[in-house]
Formats: sequence, structure tokens, C-alpha cells
Amino acid sequence: MSQWLTLAVNSISYGGLLFLLSAGFSLIFGLMRIPNLMHGSFFLLGAYFGVTFLAQGMNFWLAALLSAAAMAVIGAIIERFLLRRLAGQELAQVLLTLGLSFVVADACLMIWTGDPWQPETPHAFQGALQVEGLFFPIFRLVIVLVAVAIAIALWLLVDWTRLGAMIRAGVDDAPMARVVGIKVSQLFTLIFALGAGLAAFAGVIGSPVLSVYPGLDNEMLPVALIVVILGGTGSLLGALVGSFIIGFLYNFGQAWFPDLAYVILFLPMVVVLVLRPQGLFGKVVP
Amino acid sequence: MRLVTPQRIAAAIAILVLATLPAWVTDTYYINITSQILLFAVFALALNVLVGYGGLVSLGHAGLFAIAGYTAALLMEAGHGHLLSDVAGLVAVVIASAVFGVLALRATGIGFLMITLALGQIVWGLAYRWAGLTHGDNGVNVSGRPTVFGLGLTGATSFYFATLVVFVITVAAMALFVRSPFGASLRGTRDQPRRMSALGYNVWLIRFVAFLFSGFWTGVAGLLFIYYNQFISPQVAALTSSAEALLMVISGGSATLLGPIVGAAIVVIMKNVVSAYVERWNMALGIIFVLIITFMPEGLVPGSVRLWKLAWQGMRKQPAASGTLKEQQS
Amino acid sequence: MPIRINRRKFLASTAAGAAASAIAMPAIAQGTPFKIGLMTVKTGPLAQGGIQMEQGISTLLKQKNNTLAGRKIDFVSADTGGNPAGAKTKAQELIERDKVNVILGPLAAFELLAIAEFVRDNKTPLISLAAAEDMTQRKANPFIIRPSATAAQCMHPLGDYAAKDLKYKRAATISEDFAFGYEQMAGFQRVFEDEGGKVVKKLWPPLVTPDYTPYIAQLTNIDVVVNGFAGSNPVKFMRAYQDLGLKAKTPLLGGWTAMDDALLKSLGDEAVGVISSHWYSPGRDTPSNKQFVADMQKNYGVLPGGYSAGMYIAGQCVEAAIEKAGDKADDRTALAAALHQVSLTDTPRGPLKFDHLGNVIGDVFIRKCERKDGKLVNTIIKTYPNVSQFWTYDEKAFLANPVYSRDYPPAKNLE
Repeated sequence: MSQWLTLAVNSISYGGLLFLLSAGFSLIFGLMRIPNLMHGSFFLLGAYFGVTFLAQGMNFWLAALLSAAAMAVIGAIIERFLLRRLAGQELAQVLLTLGLSFVVADACLMIWTGDPWQPETPHAFQGALQVEGLFFPIFRLVIVLVAVAIAIALWLLVDWTRLGAMIRAGVDDAPMARVVGIKVSQLFTLIFALGAGLAAFAGVIGSPVLSVYPGLDNEMLPVALIVVILGGTGSLLGALVGSFIIGFLYNFGQAWFPDLAYVILFLPMVVVLVLRPQGLFGKVVP
Repeated sequence: MRLVTPQRIAAAIAILVLATLPAWVTDTYYINITSQILLFAVFALALNVLVGYGGLVSLGHAGLFAIAGYTAALLMEAGHGHLLSDVAGLVAVVIASAVFGVLALRATGIGFLMITLALGQIVWGLAYRWAGLTHGDNGVNVSGRPTVFGLGLTGATSFYFATLVVFVITVAAMALFVRSPFGASLRGTRDQPRRMSALGYNVWLIRFVAFLFSGFWTGVAGLLFIYYNQFISPQVAALTSSAEALLMVISGGSATLLGPIVGAAIVVIMKNVVSAYVERWNMALGIIFVLIITFMPEGLVPGSVRLWKLAWQGMRKQPAASGTLKEQQS
Repeated sequence: MPIRINRRKFLASTAAGAAASAIAMPAIAQGTPFKIGLMTVKTGPLAQGGIQMEQGISTLLKQKNNTLAGRKIDFVSADTGGNPAGAKTKAQELIERDKVNVILGPLAAFELLAIAEFVRDNKTPLISLAAAEDMTQRKANPFIIRPSATAAQCMHPLGDYAAKDLKYKRAATISEDFAFGYEQMAGFQRVFEDEGGKVVKKLWPPLVTPDYTPYIAQLTNIDVVVNGFAGSNPVKFMRAYQDLGLKAKTPLLGGWTAMDDALLKSLGDEAVGVISSHWYSPGRDTPSNKQFVADMQKNYGVLPGGYSAGMYIAGQCVEAAIEKAGDKADDRTALAAALHQVSLTDTPRGPLKFDHLGNVIGDVFIRKCERKDGKLVNTIIKTYPNVSQFWTYDEKAFLANPVYSRDYPPAKNLE
């Protein structure tokens, strides 16, 4: 029983981190139809920015925001000058984003070396809540709160603002949105920057737990893909639910079915996709 | 149809160069590198059937590649002969392709990509975790290469020729496929799936058969790989291997015959030859991809053809243009 | 940020050094240069250890003015990318194109297994740090020696120490789900249980595990946890182990890769108190080791761990073998034989020699991690001298058993 509780709490916390990672991917794919295979690189590069700021003694949250801002600028540049020219060419987008992910990974290795970096957990959130001999690390609980806060902010943005209305219009029918005067072009840059920034933010928030090392990008990318595909592309609610499903699957699956550890995320995904190719919350795309 | 076309002349020259390569390249190392290029070209050509002509982006083909390789390697390890092991490897890969196809063709686009990715990862997981069968990450050693028509393939040169023969057969098969009515209908399902459906074609079946065809040649490449390396391990089935094959296809130019071959050459040479001189070869490879896609979004081969034609037209127009300029100045 | 030397710059500087020494000692450098090829990993997820390997051998060549036993050294380094196919191609490059006299490396066991037959067929001696047990046991190869340790070589003493000195009774093991992990824990289990302990739980998280919580949650009702993680995984594991409150309850032991000294700069308080077993320790108080540590600090700004010490020692073995083989040093078969005969009294790890299968016999250190002047250090608390890969077991009986694995020796006390 005690093990269940630890796993359940950790599932929620891990799910929160996955939501931060995949919300941006979901927006980018949903609105722009770009399979952004460098989303893991945004996460990794953001995390490295974060640990560098933290090594200078910067406040943890400030470091996370600054890293997100830096990554958003980089994302905007990539969208404006590289991806923009490839609109609608899926294969070219795959090649470009994979090519850039090679460049980012190797640049990180050059700058931050192959050694792992793991920043201290922020002082205010060190330690654990102890309930009847069980330990619940405070920082992981904080991750859940942050994820929920971001989820609410994104929901407000998408459902209650003018910008959100434009985004929804763009997701549903980009050519139509253009016709009614929405500047889809600027919207795309904004969304891509937002997605990159969110991934970087997740990278910094996750760094005290996951640590930062070469190869982290390739570990996070498939997870983001799974979450988004499972939940349904372009649906924030789908990404949120998908994140928590994966959080639970991962934690309980690893503990209960260690023999299936390698396929624990992929097997359910195949089943869902075969039965429901548009994902749990996705709309059927014509 | 003309018998002598520039393409055919180029192909004849290419075959001549490849066939006489060992005569003017004495270093075994470079012979081996060329064998590697050819075997990965077979892989890329196989993947191109789906990616280029079918419009179906698979990120799980390394799983199929590994299934053929593992089946044959494990049978050989158990003491079976080359012929039996290789045939079994190809049978296994066709069966696996059928399973992959049935599951993945439930979707197209990113759904197809994700299902193939997941299936590839499952093969990787099995290769890694089912250590009782596959020896886990220690991999399987393949001792010895076969003897074909009395010729032992142990040496680098004889193996190179064997690879070249398989490569030429693959290219021929692909050329026939592209020109066949089936190839045309596959392209039809890529560009106009609904219209094809309305015209009475079974779109699903066309894609499924294309998947089997692609899987078969992927298996052939897998067999060449285990004979070349005399070794197979789970890394072969990893996502990075699938991604690498996909990069070969796209960077060279998908839906062309030459593109995947050029793409395979770029990746193999960067990874193995350039890496000896450039420590940041991974970054260089990434930059090459970005440059290709920036200047030739359709891939290196079709892009070069386009630029060449532009330049050719430009040159032909040049005199007239400069002439008018002079007239204006005077 | 450590200073990185790229290959060309390095060759240029060492060539200049060699030229200077050639003027000073014209008689020594004889004939053609002796070629050393390093196979390592400089890109991708395994680059961490691979870069350290290159730093180790480069430090030796710098100290020796690029001359070993009077022979000028031509040093080539090849990046395998950390996968078996890459290792095969790079072995071809070094042997067929560069025609090296000896290969140092590769890093990972699966890379070594992919090329073992190839180096034997091409009669090229190879000095590896890869830990695959059978490489110097049931599948020993006359061209391969290993100056570091088999996977279990440090774990046998750790099992002994945990049972006898620390008097633990119930242990759980946790290590990556691959051969290196299996072999390490098999060694620990065998000795620990022979000395009266019980291994009651064995956990195998996949090599890539983003979060260890699901595994750590299972570690209950035991005296001690033994971890055999490698690469960057120990960092992640130990933080989670502390965060989930286990560190305060259950002490943690580690293999050499789990607490390698090069990793200490990435660790924090979670590592304090962890006891580990290693075949090398930068804290060894001998002039030659101090010199090595100081030079590594000077050249690269790092504390050396097993990967760099191993390659430094591999270079010393090459030097000794050239001396021993004399005129025949360019005969690769003779050089391989000479390498097996190498016996050194003063290396960074202490005295060492090789058994007839090519594996090292040398000291193993039990260390405890402490914070001194704000920095983490592994302080040696016990030395097991002249440890063989067979520990105290009879070689014949040892080799008659199956190789260590996930299932062998069988874990009879699992709960």
C-alpha cells in the first residue's frame, strides 16, 4: 500500500513535468502541422541554459524564466528564417528539425562537456513531507503546482483571449483564418516561440530531478511524441490527460512489470492508435 | 523512347566505375567503406518506397532491418547453413512487415510515423531485454561469410563485389517498380488518395503491398549488414538507426532512385571517414542537412538538377541579356 | 570548462616536443615511429567516459615527450560514436588504413565484443577498459589485455567488505539492465552470500530511465543497497535516493563507475557517506600518482577517474612491452605476447601484472565519500592487495561455471 502511494504521487509529479514538455509540442503540431523533431533539443538546451544561470548563483525561478525567454527567441528565429520556407513540406521539416537537433546536441557537448550537470534543488523546496514513514519530496510536489498553473494559464490564453481565438481558428482551418484577416504568419512565429520556451522551462524545472547530460534530448523527444499522440494532437486537454496517463503508466509499469520496462510506453500507444488513430482527444483530421 | 539517354550513359559510367573500383583503390579500408555505402543505399532505397513513393514516413524500419539480421544471425549461431538462415531472415522480415503494415496503415501522416516508431522501439526492446534469445546488449557474432558459386566472400574485395551485385539488383528492382503500373498507383495513393479510392483502387491494399516490398529489401540490407559487420546488437534496431535511414532518403531526395544512394553516401562518409579528421562531425552532418534543406528543399539530387537547369537556361539567355544591356548603355 | 585539445593541435604540439627531445637525445629515437590508435567515444551519450580516456593517454604522452621506450609515438584517435558498427569501422580504419601497432580502447563492452574477432584475425594487440568478463575468461583472446578490471573484479571485494567489515545481512542490488550490471551484481552476490549475507532483491532499470522512483520505492526492509550504475545515471539515481528519504535509512554502496572520481564534480551531498570499490583512486599517496593527478588538473582542469587512469596505465603497459620486445616490437604478435608479460611496480593504481588470460592482477580500494574543504573526495579506507579476476576462487572451477549473468549465480534468497 505504501509503495502504491509513493508511486501514485510520483506519477502525478512526472506527469506534470511531461505536460510542460509536451504542451508546446502539441500547440506547434496542432496549429502548424510541423512534426518538430527538435523539441527534445529545446528541452536539453533550455536545461543547459538553466544550469549555467544557476551556477552563477541566480534564483531558480528567474533562471527558468530567463532560459525560457532565450529559447523562445531562438525558436522564433528558427521559425522565421528556416521553417517558414518549408510550409507544408513535411519531409523537409523532418530533415531540418532532425538536422538542427544534431547541431544542438553536438554544440551542447562541446560547450557543456559530456559530464552530467545536476543543480541543487532550490533551497526552499529541499527535503520531503513525511507522512507515516513515507517520503514525498517537496520539490516534486512543487512541479505539479507549476504544471497546473501553466495549464490554467494556457487554457485561459487559448479559450478566453483574442489570441486564443485566433489560435483555435488557425488549428481548425488555417486558410479560412487567413481569409478572415488573422495574421497566421505572425501567429505561427509566436506559437513556435511559445512552444520552444515551454520546453526550455520544463528542462530547467526538471533538471534537479532528471539531471542534464548528452542524450537527454533523445530520451525526451519520444516521450513528448507519445503524450501528444495519445492525447490527440492540437488538444491541450489531450496533452494534459496524456501526460498523466503516461506518468502513471511509467511509474506503475516499471514497478509492476519490470520485464516489460522497454515497451511499457509503446505497447499501449500502439493499441490506442490502432483503435483510435486520432488519439484519445483528437479530432478526426480530414 | 530513345535508347541512349544522358541518364543511361551516367548509369553505365557509374556501374563501370563501381565494378572496377578495387583496381584503382588499393586500400582495403576504402573498399570496405564503399561496401558500407552500398549496403546502406539498399536500406535507404527500400525505405524510399514508402517515404518517397507512398508518402508514408516510417521511423521503425530499423526494427525490420534488425529482424532479418537477428533471425539469420541466430540461426547461423545455432549451426544452420547460410542459405537456410538467409531465407529464414527474409521470410521473417516479410512476416514482420505484414504485422507492421496491418497496424501502422490504420493511420497516415504522423499517426503512421508514430505507430512505426513504436513498433521499432518494441523490436529494440525485445532485442535488448529478451537476452535468453538475443544475448542482450552483448549482441550476436556471425562467424564466416558464405561462399557463392565457389567464391569465398571473406576478403574485403570479394565481399564488395557481392554487395555490388545485390545493390545493382536492388536498383534494377526499384527502377522496374517505379515504372510499373503498381508504382504508378502507389504514387496515386500518395497524391490523390480519395480520387484513387473513387476510381476503384484499394488504397489500403496498395499501401500494404508497398510495405511488404519495402520490408523485403530492408531485410536484404539487414543481411548484408550482418555479413559485413559479422555482428548484430540492439543498437541496430534503435530509433537513431531508423532516423538515420530516413535522413539518407530525404537529404538525397525522396521519390528518386539516385537520391537515397547519394544520401547513404553522405551519411556513411561523414560518420566514418570525415569523423577521423573533424571532431565535430555530428555538427557538420547536421549543418549539411540544414544547408541542403535551405537551398534544395526537395533534396540534393532533384535540387541539383533544378539548379543545373536554371544555370543552363541562365547561360543560354546570358548573351542576349548582356546584349540588351550594352544597347541600353550605348 | 576543461580545456579540450583537438587532434591536430595535439599532434602538432607533441611533434614539436618530440623534435626538441630528438635534438637532446639523438641516439634514442630509432627508425619508424610506433603507432598507437585510440578507439574512444567523443560524440553522443557515452562521450563522458570517452573524452576522459583520451585525456589520460594524452597526459602520459605529454609527460614522456611523445616518446615511449625510445620510440617516437604516432598517436591517432578515432571516434566510434559509441556503437558496435562504428567500432568495427574504426577498427578497420586503424588497422587497415593507419596500420597501427597497438589499439587502446574501446570504451564499451558491446564495442569490444564487436571487434574482438577482427583484431585477432588481423593480429593487432588491443588494450581495453571494457569490462566484459568473458573477454579474459572463457573467450580469452591472445591479442587482448585489460589493465582495468573485469566487471566483478571490484565487486568481489565489495561483497567481502559488506559482509565481513560492515556486517550487513540483507542486501538489495540495483544496476542497469545490461551485461555490465549483471556481471557486477553476480560478483557481489556470490561473495556476499559466501560470507553469510543474503541478496534479497535485485532490480534492473533500463539503461535509459528518466526517473528511478518506481525502483527506489521497492527498496524496503534491507540493511544496504548496492548500486552499479554507470555513465551519468549514478548522479540521477543518488539524488532520487536521497530525495525519497532512503539515504537516511539505508546506507548505499557503489561499484567503480557509480562513484568514479571524475563524477564527483557532478554530485552533491547525496554522495556523502557512500562507500565504493574501485581499482584506482586519485587519493593514493604516491609521487607518481600525485604527478598524474596534478598533470590532469593542469592540462584539463579535472580530477582523473578510472577512464583516464586506465588509458594512462595502458600507455605505460605499451612502454613496458616495447622495452621487453626490443627489436621485435614492430611484430604485432610478439608485442601481444610481451604485453601479457608486463609487470609494473609503479602506476597510478599501484603495482600490477597480468594473468595468463590477459586480465590485470592489482589492488582494489574501498573508499568512503566525504566532504573536505567543501569538495567531495573518496577517502581510501581499506586496500585489498593483488586482487585477481577469480577473487579467491580456484580458476579451473571458476571457468567451469557459466559466465556471470542475470541468472547466474542463481539468486536463491530473493523475497
